[in-house]
Amino acid sequence: MSESLTLDKPRSPRRPAARRNNFELYSWAFMRISGLALVILVLGHLFIMNILDDGVHRINFAFVAGRWASPFWQFWDLAMLWLAQLHGGNGLRTIIDDYARKDTTRFWLKMLLYVAMAVILVLGTLVIFTFDPNITA
Amino acid sequence: MTAVAEPTNDTSQIPAPEGSVTITVKILRFNPEIDNEPHWESYDVPALPTDRVLNLLMNIKNYADGTLSFRRSCAHGICGSDAMQINGINRLACKVLVKDLLAKDGKQTTVTVAPIKGLPTMKDLYVDMEPFFEAFRAVKPYLIAYGNEPTNERYQSVADRERFDDTTKCILCACCTSSCPVYWADGSYFGPAAIVNAHRFIFDSRDEAAEERLDILNDTEGVWRCRTTFNCTDACPRGIQVTKAIQEVKRALLFKRT
Repeated sequence: MSESLTLDKPRSPRRPAARRNNFELYSWAFMRISGLALVILVLGHLFIMNILDDGVHRINFAFVAGRWASPFWQFWDLAMLWLAQLHGGNGLRTIIDDYARKDTTRFWLKMLLYVAMAVILVLGTLVIFTFDPNITA
Repeated sequence: MTAVAEPTNDTSQIPAPEGSVTITVKILRFNPEIDNEPHWESYDVPALPTDRVLNLLMNIKNYADGTLSFRRSCAHGICGSDAMQINGINRLACKVLVKDLLAKDGKQTTVTVAPIKGLPTMKDLYVDMEPFFEAFRAVKPYLIAYGNEPTNERYQSVADRERFDDTTKCILCACCTSSCPVYWADGSYFGPAAIVNAHRFIFDSRDEAAEERLDILNDTEGVWRCRTTFNCTDACPRGIQVTKAIQEVKRALLFKRT
């Protein structure tokens, strides 16, 4: 106990110098802006898919194919995919930082998170851009 | 060498003045030389409604168990020594009155007292404050001004002084920082108290190192870790709007600089 109290230079700074890096600022601002955008995108998506016309009963291959023929809906879905993944991923990153007790747990949970994010982002983007409405079953 | 009385839970020696009621004080005790884990001890003590929790602790220490350890200096809510968790909320023991803790309908009152969280407990109710003061020092909480020193005082308008008035009230008791869930999880976060004291100089018109301090608070462990849970504002015994001060620093970073 006494060892922790006797410091060589008790008043010397023990933190690394500030890095003049705005990453945390941008990530904080991104969470606010993407959150707002997601409210519109996701609520709009839910409204179209579940309430409009016949709701969920009219969704089939042709319906999806019809929507993705328009670049507007392609962009809508792409924006929703990227924003939701980055927003949720960044949120989970903070939660892992908070709750993981060991550095190794923290590292592996984050790796799992980043790999899952990358797989879903690549797969989703690929599907949106290479979707073939004339595919044979 | 003074007489060493065996530590006891027997509180019959505590004088019970007229009008006092017996209440149970449950204290989270920890003696690093004996215990592996903190454990709860109960003491039935006579208390006047006008007593403060600090009086009860002093009585237990003076009449029952001299080994009970806690910090206390001025005992009038100015020095900030006796921050502890009283009934689960961070308070100064010298500012909490027994009458505000009494159970309704004459039921038996129990008051729980534990050390503040997030800082290493050294013994019973007193904690190692060094990590807290390290974060405080890291934000350069002193006037930095360049150029020639003025021959008289550094004048300031009433409005300029008003800008940071709220954050000058801090007494560094650590109630806010040790109530912050982000600080519990990550002790390298600067914590509300350090940000409050940075705010006090960032918004001081006489100070010229706001940029420096904003840089420090813009880093990984700075203001962006704050998740506005308002625990700090609730805990502050001086009534400082701590979360508001943190938000003002964020706003300065967002709109005044980048």
